[in-house]
Amino acid sequence: MSAGVEITAPARSARAWLVPLAGRAEGVLLPLAALVTGFAAFALFLVLLGKNPWTFYTLVYQAGFGTGFSWTNTLARAAPLLLAALCVAIPARLGLVVIGGEGAIVLGGVMAGGLGAVLGGWPALIAMPLMALGAALIGGLWIGAVGALRQWRGVNETIASLLMAYIAIALMNHLVEGPLRDAASLNKPSTAPLAEALRVGDMPGFSVHWGLAVAFLACIGAWVLIERTTLGFSARIAGGNVRAAQVQGLPVTKLVVGFTALGGACAGLAGYFEVSAVHGSANASLAAGYGYTGILIAFLARHNPLAIIPVALLLAGIEASSGLVQRRMELPDATMTVLQGFIFVAILASETFTGRLDLTRWLSRGERA
Amino acid sequence: MNGDIGLWAVPLAMIGGAIRVSTPFLFVSLGEVITERSGRINLGLEGTLVFGAMAGYALAYLTGSAWAGVGAAALAGLLFGLVHGLLCSLPKVNDIAIGIALMLLGTGLAFFFGKPFIQPVAPDLPAINLGWWSDLPQVQAALRVNVLFLVGAALAVALAWMLRKTRIGLTLRVVGDSSDAARALGIRPARVRILATAFGGALAGIGGAYLSLFYPGSWNEGISSGQGLIAVALVIFARWSPINAFFAALLFGAAGALGPALQSVGVTQGYYLFYAAPFVLTLIVLVLSSSKSGALTGAPRELSITK
Repeated sequence: MSAGVEITAPARSARAWLVPLAGRAEGVLLPLAALVTGFAAFALFLVLLGKNPWTFYTLVYQAGFGTGFSWTNTLARAAPLLLAALCVAIPARLGLVVIGGEGAIVLGGVMAGGLGAVLGGWPALIAMPLMALGAALIGGLWIGAVGALRQWRGVNETIASLLMAYIAIALMNHLVEGPLRDAASLNKPSTAPLAEALRVGDMPGFSVHWGLAVAFLACIGAWVLIERTTLGFSARIAGGNVRAAQVQGLPVTKLVVGFTALGGACAGLAGYFEVSAVHGSANASLAAGYGYTGILIAFLARHNPLAIIPVALLLAGIEASSGLVQRRMELPDATMTVLQGFIFVAILASETFTGRLDLTRWLSRGERA
Repeated sequence: MNGDIGLWAVPLAMIGGAIRVSTPFLFVSLGEVITERSGRINLGLEGTLVFGAMAGYALAYLTGSAWAGVGAAALAGLLFGLVHGLLCSLPKVNDIAIGIALMLLGTGLAFFFGKPFIQPVAPDLPAINLGWWSDLPQVQAALRVNVLFLVGAALAVALAWMLRKTRIGLTLRVVGDSSDAARALGIRPARVRILATAFGGALAGIGGAYLSLFYPGSWNEGISSGQGLIAVALVIFARWSPINAFFAALLFGAAGALGPALQSVGVTQGYYLFYAAPFVLTLIVLVLSSSKSGALTGAPRELSITK
């Protein structure tokens, strides 16, 4: 409270100007410190295994961010990660921990692949939006159902969403190997390949598909929704205290179902772009774990949609480098999962320091002295 | 009497399957019952299960003794539980989120260290033939029961007795229902919860060892497909009672055995849908056993998922 008084003080010294910034600094510094701790812990892990951590991080940098080619690779991976992270971050505003984004991605992809096979002869201008809409719709329904179960039956959303992810993957396997299977796909059962006209191309000047631009826009849109609209404000109140929100007459049920469905729609879109821009048909490659990396990204970004952008780029780069790093250093495929695990534990453990890093008080104390 | 028993093969295979498939569910659920009774939830047991499967298989292969494998898996699980318990004792750290992180870390570490053990063959855990009285090979196959299943069944009874009749059980229940009351009695809630989580982790590790050392009986990266998660969900359905957890595990074992049982009589259509049966059943059971107000009968009051 005293900080607020300080800000409106008539003489706005440089220090007073710093105070509001300092209030926000913790939100950036703490996750950064956790990230560094996670990297350091993993470095120690590598040392214990007799591997050189310096080589590891140099290779990650080179293969993830070092050249134009590696940036292309990183950005292409970032698109689904951004959308998957939104599937965690948007419901998180209501205090919900939804971790089943993988299910919505997979079903969105199958929907896109299936619709693409049916709409093969249609003009792209109609067929492509229909496919994207279908993918977003199924993703929204899938995760929205998790919100609905939470609201109407009190089912824990974390467990329910993960169960639904397993069900979604089984459903995908069934559809791709059964009813939707293209007879020509022998080794890897897939839906029929999309017509060339229905495929999403690269953005002019980049060799990265349009999904990245859509994912960026989705992050900005989600930020505006959460931070700058009454709807987002209501959601934050309901996330903080459900009783208070109900007393205020806020439509808590609509908010929960709406926000979970919106998150699911983002993940569904990720599936659409994976099929229409990357794979060209829906198959088991859709379950590539983007949904799970998205959880880590959202937590690292503290569920702030704008912060998701840099964090997703970082993790996309790490994932993009995995092939090279594993080959050069003779490490197993799971190496990057272990690194992500270390970072994840570090970021969650860092939350215990929330409120301890009070730069505002430190600055104002200096002023009073 | 090596005869064709027709469609009777399906229920018979399901009974056998229920016993075989249920053991990991049983161990993870029993461990989670104890953890949750102390007021903590460990969602990361899926990761512990997978790591236990790897550690058990690796040690059994290296030492030549399946029981050494079980011991290693229990120890590894204990460590995971301990880490979970310690981290969650820090103020403002969310136990559900830590569970998700440890699920990722446990699976990652298991695949990381397990790579060299995918090819070699480790010794199996012994089984007891309870079907000796029958001439039918199907009956004998169904009643070939692993020792660990019997241990699990005995453990369910022992834990139920422990919770109800012993000082440890009382301490656990007090801590789970009210941290304040526990403190007033001179009990340190954090310490009890850390121990309860470590115990739960150890049991989940044993469940993992069963997967890799008996059924399916080999180590690979697809060894567990969510059994750990289902088992955690089962605890809610079992209303935090070890005896109920035993029956719930059997029920879910039967659901998990449905796919293979139908396959054995030649039904191959919709294989993946049957594979999803335990997940669908878990979800249905969760929906039915939860309530709108969020208050669950029998739930420890300090548990974050019921608050």
